[in-house]
Amino acid sequence: MKYLHLVWAALFRRKTRTFLTLVSIIAAFLLFGLLDAVRASFEQAGQSANGAQRLQVGAKLSFIQALPSSLEAQIAQVPGVKDVTFANWFGGAYQDPHNQVFSFAVAPNYLDLYPEISVSGAEKKAFLATRSGALVGERLAQKFHWKVGDRIPMQSTIFPDREGNKNWTFDIVGILHSTDKKSGGFFDQMFLLNWKYFDDTTPYNQGQVGWYVTRVTDVKRTDAVAKAIDALSANSDHETRSQTEQAATANWLKQLADIGLIVSSIMGAVFFTLLLLAGNTMMQAVRERTSELAVMKTIGFSDVSMLAMVLAESVLLLLLGGVVGLGLATLLVPAIGAGSGGMLNLPTVGASSWALGAGLMVLFGVIVGAVPAASAMRLNIVDALRR
Amino acid sequence: MGVLRNLGLLLFLVVVMIGWVVLPWPGAALLALLVAAWLALTRRGRQSASVAVVGISTLRQRLGSSAVIVVGIAGVVGVLVALLSMAEGYAETLRKTGGLDTAIVMRGASASEVMSVMDRDSVTQVAQTAGIARDAKGEPLASPELVVAANLPIKGGTADDQGSVQLRGVGAQAWAVRPQVRIVEGRRFENGLRELIVGRGAARQFAGLVPGQEVRLGNQSWKVAGVFASGDALESEVWADAAVVADTYRRGSSRASVTVRLADPKDFAAFKTALEANPQLKVDVATTLDYFSKQSEGMTKVIRTVGMVVGSIMGIGALFGALNTMFAAVAARAREIATLRAIGFAGLPVVVAVMLETMLLALLGGVIGGFLAWGIFNGYQASTLAGGAVGKLDFELHVTPQLLWTGLKWALAIGFIGGLFPAMRAARMPVTAALREL
Repeated sequence: MKYLHLVWAALFRRKTRTFLTLVSIIAAFLLFGLLDAVRASFEQAGQSANGAQRLQVGAKLSFIQALPSSLEAQIAQVPGVKDVTFANWFGGAYQDPHNQVFSFAVAPNYLDLYPEISVSGAEKKAFLATRSGALVGERLAQKFHWKVGDRIPMQSTIFPDREGNKNWTFDIVGILHSTDKKSGGFFDQMFLLNWKYFDDTTPYNQGQVGWYVTRVTDVKRTDAVAKAIDALSANSDHETRSQTEQAATANWLKQLADIGLIVSSIMGAVFFTLLLLAGNTMMQAVRERTSELAVMKTIGFSDVSMLAMVLAESVLLLLLGGVVGLGLATLLVPAIGAGSGGMLNLPTVGASSWALGAGLMVLFGVIVGAVPAASAMRLNIVDALRR
Repeated sequence: MGVLRNLGLLLFLVVVMIGWVVLPWPGAALLALLVAAWLALTRRGRQSASVAVVGISTLRQRLGSSAVIVVGIAGVVGVLVALLSMAEGYAETLRKTGGLDTAIVMRGASASEVMSVMDRDSVTQVAQTAGIARDAKGEPLASPELVVAANLPIKGGTADDQGSVQLRGVGAQAWAVRPQVRIVEGRRFENGLRELIVGRGAARQFAGLVPGQEVRLGNQSWKVAGVFASGDALESEVWADAAVVADTYRRGSSRASVTVRLADPKDFAAFKTALEANPQLKVDVATTLDYFSKQSEGMTKVIRTVGMVVGSIMGIGALFGALNTMFAAVAARAREIATLRAIGFAGLPVVVAVMLETMLLALLGGVIGGFLAWGIFNGYQASTLAGGAVGKLDFELHVTPQLLWTGLKWALAIGFIGGLFPAMRAARMPVTAALREL
């Protein structure tokens, strides 16, 4: 530690070179931070304590197939089921059919199963009391400049009303806030309407239910409960498939893209380049200081301390750049989320990213410094001074 | 004065970069020719060339640091081209699915087939509309289709690992409407039976899709009759008789869409007008080319943006690596450059020589990166949940010459900026000070 000022001085001996190398390292770790946030957002989706308690019960045939509403009472009777609610996919779009909104027609008790969605008591009451009422997520409201009291038109890309008209009208009665920003960013984008209004208005639904959501009393027994629920409809024409919310989301995202593979291949390319680049800098730095190092050895610095100082220099270089890069990523990620108008929902660069990043910085620092440090250690004083 | 000059340099850079981005390849070729002519024919040019040759001939002594430029830029170009080829392959697969000679009719305001429902009367009326090609028996080439999703076990996963595949129930004329679909194994499904034919892509993704085997959809058992190939997005689907699919999914006599073969691509406008003029129909019609191109828009944009962002950040890293290397190279050759200046070489040849050297290395990096991306990723199988569809879409990454050119452009741009500043420093070095330097 007492040599820190020496290491520091050596690092900034050539300011331009160190600065240029630092920018490259910053770029590499900025990218690492951003990509790791994306990977983490895929991994964490649906993984919450509340999500683990909930089972999604959908048609086994496919997720677009509806289920009879008679199942509700049967599911409620299954031992281990605390609550059951249901929803339908509404397929809403605002202004343009391609401007799709995550919209669900939900049962009155839907929000009771989602404690991580907060909505004021008065607004909840208004939703239940207003036939054409709608609750909208915070970010969705921001995106379209909606506020409570607005009466808005919404197209359903799936369900026309009895006259064949696809334009529905809703009164916004409340705003949904997600209390769990990490895994529940999606709730800020939701549009909820009353299932009764939906079912009464469109002739195409006829009392059917898109999927059921149940909450179990004991998280350890979810598998057994899922099996019991699926057994209710076995061999009928509406067999169900129950999954924890967590498993359902993970399955969905896995089909969307193999994010892990993409991220690791990009990072592989980035870090390989980085190693070469920083390695080159360290080689140059040690090569041009050969005579200085010889002098230091002459006045009594041991071989091991020479090795340690060069290694420390390269680790410090990587740490400086890496911390700034990851810091930038930490600042940028929320900005990107806001800038995309809620399209991208990235969690902030978390402790795990930082820990992994710090580990990589030290590791690369050691790899990069190894060869120059070894040559500094093995330096022959007489030869080096004569040069 | 120095600040002003640097500001001017920066402005020059911005102008050059904007010009470079919009420049098509013939323009770049012309530019390269002009530079070559200048190097060969003018006095200044020949001076530049000889200085550049000296620099390039000493590259071997600086292999390590020169490799930083080459590898750095190869990395940027490789990742950029790979990501863009993903967007390209995805868009191309969907684009190829459609054509100008077929049209798809759906209920109005439906964003995709899955969301559309058309009753029996509408389907019949659409099929009778003028402009549709007819077969030898005089039947219109129109296939009323039903698109639903089916859960099937994913290949290589556990029994519980289910994925979604798009199941298309097709009418009797589907084969005439889509001649690109051909059976490569087994046979077609029999009408009225619970039989499937599976696309090659679907067969790759899901377990048990082998001719002769039975698969379970819900509580029913279906027989796989054959495998089909079409070279487009349809390959990711599973097909069956529309009537049987409608029965399984309790859709009665309704269908999702009608795909028709037009008598002539020019008839599309007339066909559209005729549909719109029919008061009993509330439908939207688009050529299939239009429809499928639109389905890929969102996803393609996302992948492209990701590619550009990742490429830019990596590009910055590589750029500073190049700057570092070239500054070091110029510093190492300070005496040599000063000597040249002292014996009468002007600043310009020195600048050009350093730039040429950097851009040569950048070009090499770009070629290596592009070649790697092409070698590894061209034809690589990927899959995702398609926009507007309800199943996995299987597609191949496609590294097009256009993408390789984009990669090379990036490489040369990085080389240009990475060389410019060190070159300016080399040219501005005071001769006397540099000569004295050790």
